[in-house]
Amino acid sequence: MTLDGNSSMPRSGFTDRILRRGPLEAIATMIIAAGVVMLMQPFFLMLYSWSFATTLFGTVMFTLVSKVRE
Amino acid sequence: MNDLSTSSQITYRAVLVEPGVVRRIRGLSDKSLAWLFITPTIVLLLAINIFPLVWTIYLSFTNYRANRPNAPTLWLGTDWYQSILTDPDIWAAMQVTAHFVIWTVVIETVLGFGLAFLIDKKFRGHGVWTTIILLPMMLSPAVVGNFWTFLYQPQIGLFNYLVAFVTGRSASSFQMLGDVTLSPWAIVIVDAWMWTPYVMLICLAGLRSIPDYIYEAAEVDRASNWRQFWSITLPMALPFIMLAVLFRGIENFKMFDMVNLLTGGGPGSTTEVASITLKRAAFESWRTGYSSAFAIILFVTVFGLANIYVKALNRVKSR
Repeated sequence: MTLDGNSSMPRSGFTDRILRRGPLEAIATMIIAAGVVMLMQPFFLMLYSWSFATTLFGTVMFTLVSKVRE
Repeated sequence: MNDLSTSSQITYRAVLVEPGVVRRIRGLSDKSLAWLFITPTIVLLLAINIFPLVWTIYLSFTNYRANRPNAPTLWLGTDWYQSILTDPDIWAAMQVTAHFVIWTVVIETVLGFGLAFLIDKKFRGHGVWTTIILLPMMLSPAVVGNFWTFLYQPQIGLFNYLVAFVTGRSASSFQMLGDVTLSPWAIVIVDAWMWTPYVMLICLAGLRSIPDYIYEAAEVDRASNWRQFWSITLPMALPFIMLAVLFRGIENFKMFDMVNLLTGGGPGSTTEVASITLKRAAFESWRTGYSSAFAIILFVTVFGLANIYVKALNRVKSR
């Protein structure tokens, strides 16, 4: 027996908090934005070379996580 | 009674003629009927959107050239992608695109929001001014490109005379479209002139969606106009501004027609935005495989940005 009044409430773990549509979409959005910035920046050719892979990864991730539960 | 019996006979005969068909249509569920109606649209969409996309993806891995359709097609893997993503010339075209996108979006957003803020204050004749301000965005980019070419003429152009009047320089001493330094700004000015009204419209929708009682509560609390602007107007109109920024960013990333008409990418390659480089590779050099890979790179970028745009749109809709 416990005296904790909130023991009957479902406890949300780290993965429950992270593996939701909102945070995952935000991460995917940041990756897409980073890819676009890498594509257009005038400083490093290396970043430009990796921009397409980054944008593609972000876009695929966004498409997949939009199916994850809210 | 006679009419009724006639119509009953007609129905009876119709049922008699094709009883199977009628029974089949009557037997369709709502879902089946819905599929029946949307199938032509889906087929059309597959034929004119999805098939060309899949075909372009395939071509981007080959050495296909559209001007030699009978030549043997070789599978090159990701060679074109590697070539494009290490090519300094393409990188330079991306930087020209970035200059165009960033400056047009910044100018259009600042001017558009400012105009929306002014139009939102209902003054005498604001309806007429709104119509006049909206005129440029109703014109075709081809028309705009052509008449701005005349406006930028060093000898007869109104723009040069206006600059000469303000600065005191000779009107024919500078060429907006022929100068390496000025031409990137020339295309920015034209796009800003044409699309600022559009940004204004979106911002105006945002400003009109703010309920009056919030301002009334702020006035009761003796908040200054400046404080009301920073604490109420700007935060509440921000999702709409974001929407306008994303939409204009995507549109200008793909910009082709107006720039092609104004400068054709010149002088040199100072205004050669990505879509003009793509057109040159596809229809001047006839490197179809290479240009397909380039098109896919641009498509993925636009698709990624469009995802963010839809997310922003949903946030605005949920307000």
